[in-house]
Amino acid sequence: MADNDKNHGAEQDPDVSAASDASEEAAHETPQRGWVLRNHALIERNAFLLLVFSLIVVSIGGIVQIVPLFYLDNTIEEVDGMRPYSPLELAGRNIYVREGCYVCHSQMIRVMRDEVQRYGHYSLAAESMYDHPFQWGSKRTGPDLARIGGRYSDDWHRAHFENPRDLVPESIMPAYPWLARTPIGSENIEAVMRANRASGVPYTDEMLAEARADFRTQADPDTGDVDALLTRYPKAQARNFDGTPGESELDAVIAYLQMLGTLVDFSTFEPDASR
Amino acid sequence: MAGKRDVDEATNTQTTGHEWDGIKELDTPMPRWWLWSLYATIVWGVIYLFLMPAWPLINGATPGLLGYSSRGAVERDIAEAEAVNAPLDAQLMSVDIASIAEDPDMLRYAIAGGGAVFRNNCSQCHGAGGQGALGGYPNLVDDDWLWGGTTEEIYQTVTHGIRYEADPDTRFSQMPAFGDILEADEIAGLAEYVLSLSGADHDADLAAAHQQTFIDNCSACHGEDGTGMRDQGAPNLTDGIWLYGGDRDTIVATITNARYGIMPAFQNRLTDAEIRKVAVYVHGLGGGE
Repeated sequence: MADNDKNHGAEQDPDVSAASDASEEAAHETPQRGWVLRNHALIERNAFLLLVFSLIVVSIGGIVQIVPLFYLDNTIEEVDGMRPYSPLELAGRNIYVREGCYVCHSQMIRVMRDEVQRYGHYSLAAESMYDHPFQWGSKRTGPDLARIGGRYSDDWHRAHFENPRDLVPESIMPAYPWLARTPIGSENIEAVMRANRASGVPYTDEMLAEARADFRTQADPDTGDVDALLTRYPKAQARNFDGTPGESELDAVIAYLQMLGTLVDFSTFEPDASR
Repeated sequence: MAGKRDVDEATNTQTTGHEWDGIKELDTPMPRWWLWSLYATIVWGVIYLFLMPAWPLINGATPGLLGYSSRGAVERDIAEAEAVNAPLDAQLMSVDIASIAEDPDMLRYAIAGGGAVFRNNCSQCHGAGGQGALGGYPNLVDDDWLWGGTTEEIYQTVTHGIRYEADPDTRFSQMPAFGDILEADEIAGLAEYVLSLSGADHDADLAAAHQQTFIDNCSACHGEDGTGMRDQGAPNLTDGIWLYGGDRDTIVATITNARYGIMPAFQNRLTDAEIRKVAVYVHGLGGGE
């Protein structure tokens, strides 16, 4: 740099203007208009202030949209039949989340004629009130699963998970053959239920105490007390879902799929007109 | 010169008064049409707030002057579509199932509607063309029927399902698992006899030796000649059409463990008119009796 005799420093460079060049009254002032516009320059020139004000504006928008949902009576209407997931169903739901089923399958029948006629009654907020997180999804590469329960036999699900194209030649769903081969234990299910309870799912102490027994009973009804299971989880289906002894991940997933959308008693459901 | 708003000589446009190193910013006005469109959307937004459900109050939201609700809208949409089909559905319901096909207009309506029902509810197991799938999902295009192939029988099957526990009127039969009843060598011989019924490759001596085993154990449902019995949903064993596979190993497995295919009952999922339509559609696929 020292060798460059053209480098006189910015102060002497005729092509560079510096603060000292400015006349006493700076030319680039905002015009004389209203108070807001006059002081707007303050926000434009102060990034932190801009951030703070932006946050306030966005928060107001968010609060207006979100806060009423917490107190309006009709956000989650009360319906007959909803209950927390049984331990086996909950385990199946965790596998559903793990395998990313929600990426291709929604669980949200929208309030539109074509959807109602294809999939069944439109979904109610109450139907996902024990879902943490909910599985509404945002894209349907495969069909909606909100009311898949009872639509197919367990055999169908077994064959379909093994290789979907055996049943639906045009299907592009991946095969999940390892579900049938992977045993599933109930060691963690009570902890999972406790975590759900902390999020607001009303699992009772009795449900937690009997979690492991209920888990086994639902997949293998001969080993336990099915009546007690049904008292705790009405409408739960107890049978050997995967057709082989012991509990596999397939048992849990099929148990979950077979109950989806089957809990609400629509014979007593009266749609609230204000929704 | 704060606040001074010059007019730019080259374009004759007012400047904003901002100046950087002698460069001034033009204050070109917005196009009128754009500005008025903006004002119009603001006015429309305010009107919309009063027409549609919008303002959250203490217990609910304002219903809006139009009283719109998405649930009401979907009910109206469905009612409208049903109203269009109502006369046809009424006619469909007023005749016996078997005579629907006699009226060409009715038949066309039933096949079009039944096809839609089929693609949504049946194709996942029976295939988009009714061709079925190996593993217990019968082909509906051929003339081989387990429980009967007249329109009434198909209607009955669709309504109540097969071995569907939740429906007390479901079609039900239970083949015994012969693994608990017969010895392994008897089952092997029986499989040879079953193979012989449809003319497949078999061990003739073994088959002949086990004809009596077949008559003792199987003929009550499958018939002495092995042609099956529809009241029991017992398949015809002589026609070479197999639900689960007709090779030796599969037949041995079927005799040993038995098979209990399940079809759901559709009476709670479909309307009676829809079930009639789909019965006519399936009947018309090729194998209807």
